[in-house]
Amino acid sequence: MQNFLCHLGRPVLNSVQQAGSMTLFLLEALGQAFFPPFRFRRLLREMEFIGVKSSLIILLTATFTGMVLALQGYYTLKKFGSEGALGSAVALSLIRELGPVLTALMVSGRAGSAITAEIGIMRITEQLDAMDTMAVNPLQYVVTPKLLAGLICVPLLTAIFDVVGIFGGYLVGVVLLGVSSGSYFNGMVQSVQTLDINGGIVKSLVFGLTIMLVACYKGYFTARGAEGVSRATTETVVLSAVLVLTWDYIITSFFM
Amino acid sequence: MIQIVDLTRSFNGQTVLDGINLEVPTGKITVIIGKSGAGKSVLLKHVIGLLKPDRGRIIIDGFDITRASRRQLQDFRVRLGVLFQGGALFDSLTVLENVAFPLREKTSLPEDEIMQRARERLAQVNLTSEVEDKYPDELSGGMKKRVALARALIQEPEMVFFDEPVTGLDPPMTNTVFHLIGKTHQESGYTGLIVSHDIPGVFQVADYVAMLHQGRIIASGTPAEIQHHPDPVVQSFIKGEVNFLEA
Repeated sequence: MQNFLCHLGRPVLNSVQQAGSMTLFLLEALGQAFFPPFRFRRLLREMEFIGVKSSLIILLTATFTGMVLALQGYYTLKKFGSEGALGSAVALSLIRELGPVLTALMVSGRAGSAITAEIGIMRITEQLDAMDTMAVNPLQYVVTPKLLAGLICVPLLTAIFDVVGIFGGYLVGVVLLGVSSGSYFNGMVQSVQTLDINGGIVKSLVFGLTIMLVACYKGYFTARGAEGVSRATTETVVLSAVLVLTWDYIITSFFM
Repeated sequence: MIQIVDLTRSFNGQTVLDGINLEVPTGKITVIIGKSGAGKSVLLKHVIGLLKPDRGRIIIDGFDITRASRRQLQDFRVRLGVLFQGGALFDSLTVLENVAFPLREKTSLPEDEIMQRARERLAQVNLTSEVEDKYPDELSGGMKKRVALARALIQEPEMVFFDEPVTGLDPPMTNTVFHLIGKTHQESGYTGLIVSHDIPGVFQVADYVAMLHQGRIIASGTPAEIQHHPDPVVQSFIKGEVNFLEA
């Protein structure tokens, strides 16, 4: 019985310890943003990598998400004779849930994993140690710009996702299935509240910070060579997805 | 003067450094020799403040770096240069940017002057302007070591630490790197601490040699004293005898 409890307790203790360690890492890295030198050029470079280079995949995902939402929504609403509500159904689904969540998952898969690999390789090839010995804080140089870039870019990508998704839904609902354009947009205007938009913004901010924190943390504490980098990269994608979905539920419950 | 006093460090219950005592004189090159896995690099990482010991002190010019805060360590590190085993060049920067990096980060010198100094350091390690715009992955092992040496010296440090500076290099390049270390030391007069298992290469540059074995310094002295040391373990290592590895 005691062995069983030990077996059960160790992973829990490890998780708690890791959560504490990640929180301290986040506070220290964000704190560095307030001390000179301010690295605007590195911030812009990270925004290009996380934001600009993720935009194509976001456009594609958003278009097809909007289209499939409209397709599913149309046939469900048609059963109740409520095709006119298609615009509000698509918009609310995207703005409240699918926009922030899918954007976060896409950014995590594309940029988060790459960031873990980049920082992990810097760790195992002693580049981070080299920075330290040159009296350059590797947290400030490497991690802080990525955290800030995630905080700025993920909400912007989410906004793009929402708008493009709504037009994807328009393509299927209005152009292909014949829902009136007026009712599509009018329903949207009537049903979407400021609270819905605020909820989406809060989610995307939290998701952006979470993804970058996990990616940077896993990379920064990589050990054991190439295998360690590979493991850290996988852990980043899995942990980011789990945390995004957990945060999604928590934040949604606050905004309901 | 670097004084290492009773330095002890264990990893996962295994003692790697077991009460190390060593003095590294100012302005001289001291080499720590020992077989692979003896803990030489771990010792070096303690001296540059990347690792904290379980017990013991490292006093550099009266300043105990084992009890220093992060801020104090940063201030101290401006005085030193480090050449890492694999070079530790930044992948995303060109050769010239790598060498210029410490000056860009830690000084307010104008860009022209930074570039001029970086080029001078590259010339000092016999690298021409042709490699300036190359990235680290386009360089040979020997070139990487020389660029890393140029970067370690760019801020004219008082102390330079070398972690296995010739590992993985062919004999001519090994001699070249040791020659460059000797030459730059003569020109700059820094205090050098090298960890290496390259015998007899290290004797070219060493003023003092210490041997690390099973977590302890078992012999120290001038190269001549070490070469004639009575301890059979030291002799086995210097002569590269198989029974040393087995021991």
